[in-house]
Amino acid sequence: MIPLEHYLIVSAALFSVGVFGILTRRNAVNVLMCIELIFNSANINLVAFSRFIEGALGGQVFALLVIVVAACEAAVALAIVMSLYRITKQVNLDEAAELKG
Amino acid sequence: MSDVLASLGRFLPELLLMGALAIVIVADLATQTWSLAKSRNLLVGLTLVGLGAAFVASFGEPGGGSLFASMIADDGLLGVLRPLFALTAIFVLLFSLRSKELDGVRMGEMVALLLTVTAALMWMAGSVNLVMIYLSLETVSVASYIMVGYLSSDRLSNEASLKYILFGAVSTGVMLFGLSLLYGLTGTLDLYEVRAALAANDAGPALILVLLLVAGGIGFKIAAAPFHFWCPDVYTGAPTPVTAFLSVGPKAAGFAVLIRFFYSGIAQPGADGTFTAVGGVDWQGLLIVLAVITMTLGNVAALLQTNMKRLLAYSSIAHAGTILIGAAALSSAGIGAVATYLVIYLFMNLGAFLVVILVHRATGTFELDGYAGFWKRSPLLTVAMGIFLFSLMGIPPFAGFFAKLYVFAAAIEADLAWVAVVGVLNSAVAAFYYIKVLRIMAVDRGDGALPALRFSRLDAALLLALVVPNVVGILFGGALDQISEVAQRLLDLA
Repeated sequence: MIPLEHYLIVSAALFSVGVFGILTRRNAVNVLMCIELIFNSANINLVAFSRFIEGALGGQVFALLVIVVAACEAAVALAIVMSLYRITKQVNLDEAAELKG
Repeated sequence: MSDVLASLGRFLPELLLMGALAIVIVADLATQTWSLAKSRNLLVGLTLVGLGAAFVASFGEPGGGSLFASMIADDGLLGVLRPLFALTAIFVLLFSLRSKELDGVRMGEMVALLLTVTAALMWMAGSVNLVMIYLSLETVSVASYIMVGYLSSDRLSNEASLKYILFGAVSTGVMLFGLSLLYGLTGTLDLYEVRAALAANDAGPALILVLLLVAGGIGFKIAAAPFHFWCPDVYTGAPTPVTAFLSVGPKAAGFAVLIRFFYSGIAQPGADGTFTAVGGVDWQGLLIVLAVITMTLGNVAALLQTNMKRLLAYSSIAHAGTILIGAAALSSAGIGAVATYLVIYLFMNLGAFLVVILVHRATGTFELDGYAGFWKRSPLLTVAMGIFLFSLMGIPPFAGFFAKLYVFAAAIEADLAWVAVVGVLNSAVAAFYYIKVLRIMAVDRGDGALPALRFSRLDAALLLALVVPNVVGILFGGALDQISEVAQRLLDLA
């Protein structure tokens, strides 16, 4: 059987790739994809822990719920990107700087 | 099954909100062909009935048990926050009738979203299970992203919404990763079992990682530095009633989650109302650092603002820092102080936003310059703003003073006198920008030719409803004590 550490290494790598992408990508859709990576890294953790801890099925249920919520979030995010695109004709985050933070 | 049925009885406010939601959605569809004003009146009326019913139903003695197989705690903290959420939503709904930005906009989705968020805030405030925390937090977040971007043809509103959802999704993702690690460390999703597992064996450095990740997610919701970047932009771009809602509702729920997670999940109550951290990580320092950075950054940045909505955004960051002092006290008194502060904050902050909405209706601007000479146009509005701002400043005898008093008292009791001193110094800095607003309104000369402001009956009623609690707070010290005392009755302390 594949030991737990391997799952954790994969999920940590996915998480890092996601964070790196969020910090470097300037395209809103790319950033959204990187956010999905973070969610999925957490899912891998949850399912792996659930598999290796006796009698802890909660993690698998949690992962299912996370998938559903992530889909909702992506739908809303894409709708907002579309709506902004209709006004500004681009999806580059550097251009969305009318509000200076 | 019987547990679920028994829980439903204690779940009445949320059920009423869900019922109202179903009715509002159908009513919106059925009135598509009606005129805008007529359908708006019907929808707002229906929503108001739903929110009012939930508000009334949310009073009463907290049950003290947990609902739905230990998903939601039916305890004092939830008992205090439920009416707070319903009341906030009622005010915000009425604000949206008077907001110039929402003139001529169909309200069907707005009221539906408002009902959804209000119910989700109640779930959030009660959740004592990692799954429930995550789900309720996401429900609140996703619905508020849409509310922020509600003006779909307005560039700023869309931009604010995009920033909000990107920051929000990242921080909840990061928090989720932290929760998944916590699940691995303890093998359970129930906060109280998490505590038992951590008390049995120390988790070591992994727990530090979990705490930092989770603090990111919660810090985003309460707009604590350094997770506050979204806040000024989103507050500026969103329709003002939505801004007012975000600054009170989700912030309060964020603090509830913070207290649940830190006090119930990774700390153990002692005999004398204090809590001690479990799991081998002393996290009190983390909250203290967050509180000090947040207060200072919020107040200093607010000094530089020229836009009223941005100023109030930084002011709300600063207030989050002050409330965090109460949360960092690691005592029951601290929990009470947080709840009391949140209740008073509702009245003072919503009041300030109401004035912003009314000024925008009259002048069409959110810039501070637009406030010049308001004393001439409407002495009444200037006085009301003065009361809200003095209350936000924490000047006695206004209610805001008592809010600060509870927090600082809790800090001193917990031997954190220096943090309380930093808090008082920060209040002094805050006085500068609050008084600047008042000076502009009362002393600066505006365009003298502009006509006097006229209030509608609704404006007057709303102003009165928000001014009175700020002024007479001093008479209700007993009620404040009671709020504080009830909120301290967490599930395991009832």
